Amino acid sequence: MGKTFAEKVLAKKAGLAEVEPGQIVTARPDLGMSHDNTAAIVQLFRKVGLKRVKEPGKFVVILDHVVPAASVEYAQNHKDIREFVREQGIRFYDVGRGVCHQVVVEEGLARPGDLILGADSHTPTYGALGAFSAGIGRSEMAALWATGELWLKVPTSFRIELEGELPELVTAKDVILYLIGKLGADGALYRSVEFAGPTVEGMGIPDRMVMANMAAEMGAKNAFVAPDETTFAYLADRTKDAFTPIYPDPDAAYEEVMRFDVGDLEPQVACPPDVDHVVPISQVAGKKVDQVVLGTCTNGRIEDLRLAAEVMAGRPVADGVRMIVLPASQEVWLQAAEEGLLAEFVAAGALVLNPGCGPCLGAHQGILAPGEVCLATSNRNFKGRMGSPEAELYLGSPAVAAAVAVTGKITDPRSLQ
Amino acid sequence: MIQGRAWKYGDNVNTDVIFPGRYTYARMEPGEMAKHALEDLDPRFAREVKPGDVIVAGRNFGCGSSREQAATCLAAAGVGAVVAKSFARIFFRNAINSGLLALEIPEAVDVIQSGDKVGIDVERGVLVHGGKEYRFPPLPAAVQEILAAGGLIPYLKAKLVKEA
Repeated sequence: MGKTFAEKVLAKKAGLAEVEPGQIVTARPDLGMSHDNTAAIVQLFRKVGLKRVKEPGKFVVILDHVVPAASVEYAQNHKDIREFVREQGIRFYDVGRGVCHQVVVEEGLARPGDLILGADSHTPTYGALGAFSAGIGRSEMAALWATGELWLKVPTSFRIELEGELPELVTAKDVILYLIGKLGADGALYRSVEFAGPTVEGMGIPDRMVMANMAAEMGAKNAFVAPDETTFAYLADRTKDAFTPIYPDPDAAYEEVMRFDVGDLEPQVACPPDVDHVVPISQVAGKKVDQVVLGTCTNGRIEDLRLAAEVMAGRPVADGVRMIVLPASQEVWLQAAEEGLLAEFVAAGALVLNPGCGPCLGAHQGILAPGEVCLATSNRNFKGRMGSPEAELYLGSPAVAAAVAVTGKITDPRSLQ
Repeated sequence: MIQGRAWKYGDNVNTDVIFPGRYTYARMEPGEMAKHALEDLDPRFAREVKPGDVIVAGRNFGCGSSREQAATCLAAAGVGAVVAKSFARIFFRNAINSGLLALEIPEAVDVIQSGDKVGIDVERGVLVHGGKEYRFPPLPAAVQEILAAGGLIPYLKAKLVKEA
């Protein structure tokens, strides 16, 4: 019997000939990523009693969660982090460079066949490029700094095959929301999820990143899209380092193989307070909204901003609605500025922020008051996620966000054409 | 032997309601974190929880953010164990690494109600409730060693000292 992607990567990175699902292996990752939580990781690392990170070249730190610092406390965290990365010689991107997952991909740090562990739950994003990437906790990142290795359980694997051409204004975001709704918030718990089929093969890297990013919301340990010409063309501009793609065997043993036809899919919306509470947009159309957030590691790329601008088509943001736009990185920000998109958003009445996580995690830059309703392109709508536990948060695609911004209520973007 | 009262919750209890994002990047010692434990789910919890109490929950406990404080705050609040039908994978790792016992015992979750007395004997691998015993498989050796040390950081510290 053949091996899945997860089994092959984890065997290689643990220095074993082969591994079985359920086996616990000690693996050596190619990259460890952390962000603003690095300040807390430094404190844990000091408690171990070590002075030096063992292999500083294998780590990257990106400040993105609360940037620029929103309080003295956050500022102190950032200051401590800057001192630490300088002292240890760790690769570092300061406030303003962008959201960690976008930056890792833009900088060519996520490559096919790599094992990447990140102190962030959306680390599975790099599976879009054929890497095995999973989220870990703070103590575990401190342990990685100390030893360069970590125990991992070999997961069983799901293969999700998608076919059908997506209808106009229906996006990868709608597909992944639909799948999360079908499988449930724990539908892929602990599993490695391989996305395949003509629909996925036809997607660019940004759309594949949306799929892999939100696989975390069905409980997946990691996600995977087989590297192909699209992947290699993207990486050609991003990295000069050699890499070795790893592919699942054709006869790999999957726990389950699922097939979905997404050719007739309607735009999807996740309703509060759970990401798997997904409905076709027609079921919630008309719901009045106070705030729209366009951005984050899920949907803050140039393709997302272009799509939103196309749907808004010069219409102003509706009275009483606050529209917040956060490009996911400096690169996206500059490209959007060059294409005139940022000016279009501001002229329509939107607020354009610096690259960062912004209001997604409820720390600053667009917190919701009790009773307020928001539609965001982000990946979580839990109670209290964007501020007040009494606020309501809906999730949708950039096209949906744009339609909501100009109408003030949940609206199918196709109805504006 | 862990003994305490049960605090029962449902499925998909996420890390945003266990430890809200607004505190995630604040500098806090575990004792301070404990004051915010389950703040957005059950404001009574942090005020009334007693050492040894057991959280009992449904599927996918701890889903969402990777924030370790979701586990640390419960350990610091004196929670003896979290017993759930299943755990989100990062929370499970964070629990072990924080020295917090996390057990999957679905059949016990079905019968335990809030306020019930619960006992857990880790060595024998049983949970005791209402005169009945519910068995759970022994934890992997690597996990037991980390729990015994009180978490990953103390475990690592002891290991490095031993190796040096």
